[in-house]
Amino acid sequence: MSINQNIIEKIVKIFLWIFTIITIFILFYIVGFILKNGIGGLSKEFFMEFPKSMGREGGIFPIIIGTILLTLAAVFIAGPLGIGTAVYLTEYTRENRITQMIRFGADCLAGIPSIVFGLFGFVLFVIKLKMGWSIISGGLTLSIMILPTIIRTSEEAIKAVPKPLREVSYSLGGTKWQTIVFIVIPQALPGILTGIILSIGRCVGETAAVIFTAGSSLRLPNSLFDSVRTMSVHFYILSREGISLKNAYATASVLIISIGMINFLSYWIMHRFIRRIEGK
Amino acid sequence: MNREKLIEKTFFLIACSALFLLALITVFIFKEGIGIFLKIGFAKFIFSPDWAPSQKQFGLFSMIMGSVWITIGALIIGVPLSLSVSIFLAEFCPKKIARILKPAIELLAGIPSVVYGFIGVVILAPLIREYLGGPGLSVLAGSMVLAIMILPTVISISLDALHAVPKSYLEGSLALGATRWQSVYMVIIPAARSGIIASVILGMGRAVGETMAVIMVSGNAVRIPHSILEPVRTLTSNIALELGYATGMHREALFGTGMVLFVIIMILNTAAYVFTKRKVRK
Amino acid sequence: MKKIFLLICIIFILSCNSNSRKKTLVIAGSTSVQPFVEGLEEMYIRKNKTAEINIQGGGSSAGIQSAISGTANIGMSSRHLSLDEEKQLKIIPIAYDAVVVILNPRNKIDNISLEDIRKIFSRKILNWKELGGEDKEINAITREDGSGTRGAFQELVMKETPISNACMVQDSNGSVREIVKADPWSIAYISLGLVDKDVKAVKIDGILPDRAAVKEKKYNFMRPFLFVHTGELGKDAKDFVDFVLSNEGQNFLEKEGLIKVGTTP
Repeated sequence: MSINQNIIEKIVKIFLWIFTIITIFILFYIVGFILKNGIGGLSKEFFMEFPKSMGREGGIFPIIIGTILLTLAAVFIAGPLGIGTAVYLTEYTRENRITQMIRFGADCLAGIPSIVFGLFGFVLFVIKLKMGWSIISGGLTLSIMILPTIIRTSEEAIKAVPKPLREVSYSLGGTKWQTIVFIVIPQALPGILTGIILSIGRCVGETAAVIFTAGSSLRLPNSLFDSVRTMSVHFYILSREGISLKNAYATASVLIISIGMINFLSYWIMHRFIRRIEGK
Repeated sequence: MNREKLIEKTFFLIACSALFLLALITVFIFKEGIGIFLKIGFAKFIFSPDWAPSQKQFGLFSMIMGSVWITIGALIIGVPLSLSVSIFLAEFCPKKIARILKPAIELLAGIPSVVYGFIGVVILAPLIREYLGGPGLSVLAGSMVLAIMILPTVISISLDALHAVPKSYLEGSLALGATRWQSVYMVIIPAARSGIIASVILGMGRAVGETMAVIMVSGNAVRIPHSILEPVRTLTSNIALELGYATGMHREALFGTGMVLFVIIMILNTAAYVFTKRKVRK
Repeated sequence: MKKIFLLICIIFILSCNSNSRKKTLVIAGSTSVQPFVEGLEEMYIRKNKTAEINIQGGGSSAGIQSAISGTANIGMSSRHLSLDEEKQLKIIPIAYDAVVVILNPRNKIDNISLEDIRKIFSRKILNWKELGGEDKEINAITREDGSGTRGAFQELVMKETPISNACMVQDSNGSVREIVKADPWSIAYISLGLVDKDVKAVKIDGILPDRAAVKEKKYNFMRPFLFVHTGELGKDAKDFVDFVLSNEGQNFLEKEGLIKVGTTP
């Protein structure tokens, strides 16, 4: 009996090891495959030059700028909304039906497929409101997509701020508003930042919603009403249309490296945040 | 005092933005899409397999079945893999290794879906075509790519569920003489069950909703597949493929597709929500 | 932190305001026409350094729609307009394009009869062996419903025979070509201008669709590439259209594999 159990234990362990190794292998294979084929194409010129003949040659300078502007637009719209929501949920109310509804709403929003956002943004912003394919259309669409992430992480971060800090503020005669602005938000800032950084990652990686709302122009935008092409969209078009595999791999490498950096940054900030909160 | 009240009101309004946006999207999609249901008839729109917009034929059944096939395939491949990983990370793995593996798996979630699709096209599809037959771009290729894409979601949520089981459960079971695997299998997994189910449901939602990778690897033929080597089109690909071209009734039909997708996702989300709530109550 | 925030704000506001008075010319529509117009634009920009042109894909119908709604100054279409659309828009043909059937170079077959092509795309013929090739299933690829190229292929080649829903669907000429490049047993149709060395155009009823055949009107599966607009073009738009129709622009299009306007129908 017990010998039997020992054997089962061993077999199970081996299987779990194998499955985990497969998973990790897939991860490294994908990242490795892209980097192996793309890292050679990275150069100063690739980052600083304009694309020539639809991306067949040249660099991705306007695409990097486009990605940054679009992401900034999304974060600027969703950031205040998300943080405000989190403040309301944690500082102004107890658990009740309304907060539950708000949380459920945010969860639902998080589950909506990106193509539905694309469909919505394309017909509402681009066509009906005549914003055209533009940073503003894309930014609005993306901001709805990332709102739930920002709400969630900010809420967690604000909740983690120790109670006594607030009480000190009140006892010194601070109003609720002052307490929030000068005590709670600064204390929760690293956690909030983590959420924003994660949303930036989401914006950078998104394709379906972006291609229909921000368009795919290769030029540098002059205003918020100009179209831009993000790196994901550029990679999609280059690889799918067979325009230039070399530049496609290089673009994908830039994408993966920046996503990696974004993840690392958010981890690092989160770690410091947790240590600080727990240290107090 | 008055000022404080004003601030509170403002925050309340901001907090309602998420609900407002959800309502806006829902109403907009339904308003634009309901026409097709009225014109074609609910049953015909959902259950007719004929989709030929230029001939005014709008039936979603092939796409619904396409989504079902690909999602089931993704779950069959992805769920055992991801549950093994999360059980391994939670219960069997040295802490140090877990600390490296977890962020690595989260990185997998950050990789853009177009990159997965691309890998599917250049690596998976040719292998399937060479060794198994068919055009390569198929249900199987789609399922495999999606299986990889849902790994991070399922792993991280089920891992949280496993971690939430009190340590005393495991210790109690071990003290009674059970082996580690017996304890995990008989005590921890049942205790974390609702969280694990929620993770699978959310993974399913991710698989149903994925677009770009699926367009790239699944071939997009409008037909109910007879084998896993045939090409299929999913609901999401249907929208993305034809959105640029659609006008009038065709666009309504795409919004109708969006409605169906929306309802499926809402059902899945609500189910996951119910399961996570149950876990909390325990 | 606040300073960074402020700085970003300022950059943002500046980027909104600077130059926003100067209108960018937006051209949107058919993905078949897009690459050629992008080529023209590059030439045009070299001559007119100050011109701002923004070229979008989206598809013929999207192009026509955005021209009507004003989202784009000029729409690109690779199909004829419907009567309703025609009422609202002015049409400028910029070139003609041949639709050709392509195969992977590994496929030995190089001539297919028109009748057989119809059978392939309606899935009456399923195996290359029926056409004297190897015993392999035919992987037929078509374009999405609503595509200008598909419309032209249906109208010119398939005529009354419907394209089967069992064909794979891709949403651009480029992605169709990429799949034919990779899959030795596939067949598809694209613009003559986009055929490259990795795919081969197949003879239809013995006629190889090359530029010579098209010029001599031996190969007849031609469709127009159109610019559409609501009537009044601004100066920037007019200058660009004039450039496209000039000898320089037309010669470029011919070099890229299209047929000049005025030479064919």
